[in-house]
Amino acid sequence: MDVFVQQLINGLTLGSIYGLIAIGYTMVFGIIGMVNFAHGDVFMVSAFISLICFLLLTTVLGITSIFLALAIVLVVAMFFTSLTSWAIERVAYRPLRGSFRLAPMISAIGMSIFLSNFVQVAQGPRNKPVPPMITDVIVLMDNGSYQVTLAWKQVIIMAVTAVLLTGFWYLVQKTSLGRAQRACEQDRKMAALLGINVDHTISLTFVIGAALAAVAGTMYLMYYGVAHFADGFVPGVKAFTAAVLGGIGSLPGAVLGGLLIGLIEVFWSAYFSIEYKDVAAFSILAITLIFMPQGLLGRPEVEKV
Amino acid sequence: MSLPTDTAAHRWDIDPILSVEHLFMRFGGLVAVNDLSFKVGRGDITALIGPNGAGKTTVFNCITGFYKPSEGRLVLAHQRPPTDPELTAVTLNGERGLAGASSSVYLLERLPDYRVSGDAKVARTFQNIRLFTGMTVLENLMVAQHNALMKASVFSIKGLLGLPSWNAAQKAAREKAVYWLEQVNLLDRADDPAGDLPYGAQRRLEIARAMCSDPILLCLDEPAAGLNPRESLELNALLRSIRADHGTSILLIEHDMSVVMEISDHVVVLDYGTKISDGTPDAVKNDPRVIAAYLGVDEDAVEEVEAEIDATIATGASS
Amino acid sequence: MAAHTAESASAENAAPASPSAFSHALKDAFFAGLIMLGLVGPLVGFETVIRDGALGLDYRPLTVAVMVAIVFVGRLILNLTVWSPNRVVKTRTGPSPMARAVTAAGPAFKPALLAFAVAFPLIAVLSQGGLNESRYLIDLGILILTYVMLGWGLNIVVGLAGLLDLGYVAFYAVGAYTYALLATSAPVNDFFAALIGEKFWADWAFWICLPAAGIFAGVWGMILGFPVLRLRGDYLAIVTLAFGEIIRLVLINWVDFTGGGAGIASIPRVTFFGIPFNASEHGFAALFGLKFDPMHRIIFLYFVILALALLTAFVTVRLRKLPVGRAWEALREDEIACRSLGLNTTNVKLSAFATGAMFGGFAGCFFAVRAGFVSPESFTFDISAMILAIVVLGGMGSQIGVAVAAAVMLGGMEMLRNLGFLKQFFGNEFDPSLYRMLLFGLAMVVIMVWKPRGLVSTRDPTIYLKEKKSVSGDLVKEGHG
Repeated sequence: MDVFVQQLINGLTLGSIYGLIAIGYTMVFGIIGMVNFAHGDVFMVSAFISLICFLLLTTVLGITSIFLALAIVLVVAMFFTSLTSWAIERVAYRPLRGSFRLAPMISAIGMSIFLSNFVQVAQGPRNKPVPPMITDVIVLMDNGSYQVTLAWKQVIIMAVTAVLLTGFWYLVQKTSLGRAQRACEQDRKMAALLGINVDHTISLTFVIGAALAAVAGTMYLMYYGVAHFADGFVPGVKAFTAAVLGGIGSLPGAVLGGLLIGLIEVFWSAYFSIEYKDVAAFSILAITLIFMPQGLLGRPEVEKV
Repeated sequence: MSLPTDTAAHRWDIDPILSVEHLFMRFGGLVAVNDLSFKVGRGDITALIGPNGAGKTTVFNCITGFYKPSEGRLVLAHQRPPTDPELTAVTLNGERGLAGASSSVYLLERLPDYRVSGDAKVARTFQNIRLFTGMTVLENLMVAQHNALMKASVFSIKGLLGLPSWNAAQKAAREKAVYWLEQVNLLDRADDPAGDLPYGAQRRLEIARAMCSDPILLCLDEPAAGLNPRESLELNALLRSIRADHGTSILLIEHDMSVVMEISDHVVVLDYGTKISDGTPDAVKNDPRVIAAYLGVDEDAVEEVEAEIDATIATGASS
Repeated sequence: MAAHTAESASAENAAPASPSAFSHALKDAFFAGLIMLGLVGPLVGFETVIRDGALGLDYRPLTVAVMVAIVFVGRLILNLTVWSPNRVVKTRTGPSPMARAVTAAGPAFKPALLAFAVAFPLIAVLSQGGLNESRYLIDLGILILTYVMLGWGLNIVVGLAGLLDLGYVAFYAVGAYTYALLATSAPVNDFFAALIGEKFWADWAFWICLPAAGIFAGVWGMILGFPVLRLRGDYLAIVTLAFGEIIRLVLINWVDFTGGGAGIASIPRVTFFGIPFNASEHGFAALFGLKFDPMHRIIFLYFVILALALLTAFVTVRLRKLPVGRAWEALREDEIACRSLGLNTTNVKLSAFATGAMFGGFAGCFFAVRAGFVSPESFTFDISAMILAIVVLGGMGSQIGVAVAAAVMLGGMEMLRNLGFLKQFFGNEFDPSLYRMLLFGLAMVVIMVWKPRGLVSTRDPTIYLKEKKSVSGDLVKEGHG
């Protein structure tokens, strides 16, 4: 029971991070029907931007309030990551829109390879550890031998995720930007005929997805205290799994899928074997796609004849 | 073609190649096809007509296996129609088909789409033409003979080794393709990519391709759509010759009444997923419900007409 | 490239008063530079370094300034020349220069390429002035041919059948591990030694395992293919990627069986059809009256992979003209039409998947015998991406295109190893090989933007009545998985 509660907390934390990344996948897939392979690496880039910004604030500018520092880091990371993602869309995907379907996918794979190697060249191949930022924990249960703890950073991660998701949900559901976006998802040509700037809307989709990935990157850095150039691929695939599990194109689905993947991974590691945790995640991806391609909250696809 | 009068037994009742029985197709809450039953006579040209959105293409998709009907039975009879006990036996033991010496029966709703064409021999064309655009016209017709060629080449093994028996089979397939190209007047375009053909030629090629799979029932989804009057006339001649020379029964969806009335032996009219009329072209043409559905009289008028019909039936029954 | 990004920024900021062309270009270049600053500022401007156990920052303002300046100046020049509003754009109609070159070279191109491939070891030896000196070139030739073969194998799946497979490396791994495990495991060795004689098994292990590896990989293709082939498009791509990763992770973690991350070493080497390449009196050199040289084995390996690659090409060409190959292409064009013509599309897909996997397995078996060592590190997603990039760059379905693309890609990557002279400009810490993958990724993007359909986009028909006309790439569909 104790272990279970502890793993539940850990799983939800990890799941929040996956959910944030998954939204980027799900939105881009929804609007232009492409798997943005580079999104995982955008997440990794954001972790590095966060790291650099954090170091700049704490060691150079000497800010001592960790919360203030984190808030600034978050904003800065969101800005620069969004810019990166915007540029990627502009350079690597937009020229290919409407052409051969495989081309943007190959381009995205190329971008993914480029980004991880760019960070490797610019920042070196080694793990970059940051000093633990917030170490306080709340002890929830204590039976003498095992403590169930809720770390403050876990609280922050879940709270930030919840707040941002709500804001973002509002953006997509209630504003004209969100409406334009959903219109483009349905029928890009018609949306353009009705005066929606499709390029603009698609760019914004990338920007929003990247901003949320940047939040995930900052949280990831705070939680694990380390950044590495190759850390984009596996979280990226897992977040994509989350998006698929939740039903691609569905925002609540992405979050739900993220939480589930986080929980499954954590529980699998705790109760079965940590070596095969990635195998478990990939297997879930395969099984979901094979038996339930519309995901948990997605719409079933009717074959047009 | 002598038009049978209403009193005479129709061919589609005596010798149906396909019986659609109580077909329902629901998509979520929408009932696209509602308790539809009709028969397609062997050797007939049967037209399925109705206003836009009446569910005609859905019926086609059910017949050709692309949709699994929500309810209903689709009986396809090779050679002769099954007797009732035979049909009950097939339905009960749940086999997809009954291959007998004198007759084989296929329950199409139980077959996957590729077997509807491959085994039951029902070929179809599509409303929005589906050619292999990047392959040449000739290649399109070769693909249509896939199953026969696979058998001849023993799953390509003979072909891989280049055995002579395979070469003979390939030559035969090619001759058949050439025959159909002549029929649809596309012989000179044989080596052009199918996607390069003009619209009317693409429609003809799609029919030729379907015919290359040796169907006993050919289902055409709006074959005359987008054709000019001259092409329409050619189409009529082509369909007649298919029926006359190959004994293939034809079921077609069509909006072009000149085609429908000209060549059909039997017309079935759908509106909102329900059959509103069924009979010879002449009978259907004069059916007030059809007129109402087609001419788009306003709601009141339809009700008026319907009331009138009901009254007529009632008086007819009482008298 | 980066300069391109500012196009919309400039368009949006263009003043209604229509300033002169130069000031407009300047403004545009300024914004491009600004964006570049934002892109490279954080990641290049600061370097995280570990000092005394703690993480600190180093600064590289100069590098950022240079990068931004390049973009600014480049953009400015482009704005004033190529993208100048006054410039008359030359529109070109008709086939691309590449297509015309292929048509012109026409029938002579393929035999010439083949002749070059066959004569390559001789050319290498002569040009490098000795067997040992030519080792590097011949190794490169082997590498390129391996990827040509893998490209041709994947081409069946992606190019012909239109099924996007991102986990092709799995079959490469299956082939490699099949040989590695069969040839090094004691029970298997004992079994075969007892069955066909110890010496015979030792000498023929590779030649017996080669077909086994291919068949085994093909069977794996079917096993993996069966559940996934109902999926369409990108979903299929992702599931195949997942399977590729699962196989790699299992290879890493199943230590008892596969040796884990350490891999399997001392895999028996290739023999000249039973005659080992060693200095003994029964060796290849002694038997043919040559002076023993380890290069004999390398050159033989070159011809083995050349033969395997040609086998792949031959079988593919043959299959394309058979019903099964036509069905693959028809599947790529329109799956629904296929089903309406009685093609069991599941079988068609499986046959494509299994055939492609089989050739991947052959290539993997070859990889194991060449390297003498296999480990999961050799079978990462990057390899799948590389093979797929070769297929797409070559022009899907075109064998000659794939061969050229493999040579260009791997040759290009190899050239990056030899850029040591750049140290003169960038200092001794500059390591050009670090930039290989970076440039590879960039090249993938640039090539896609430049030629989304690959080098050779036309399709050769498989049968013709009077005249063989190639089909324009615009009509050929890419399949939807």
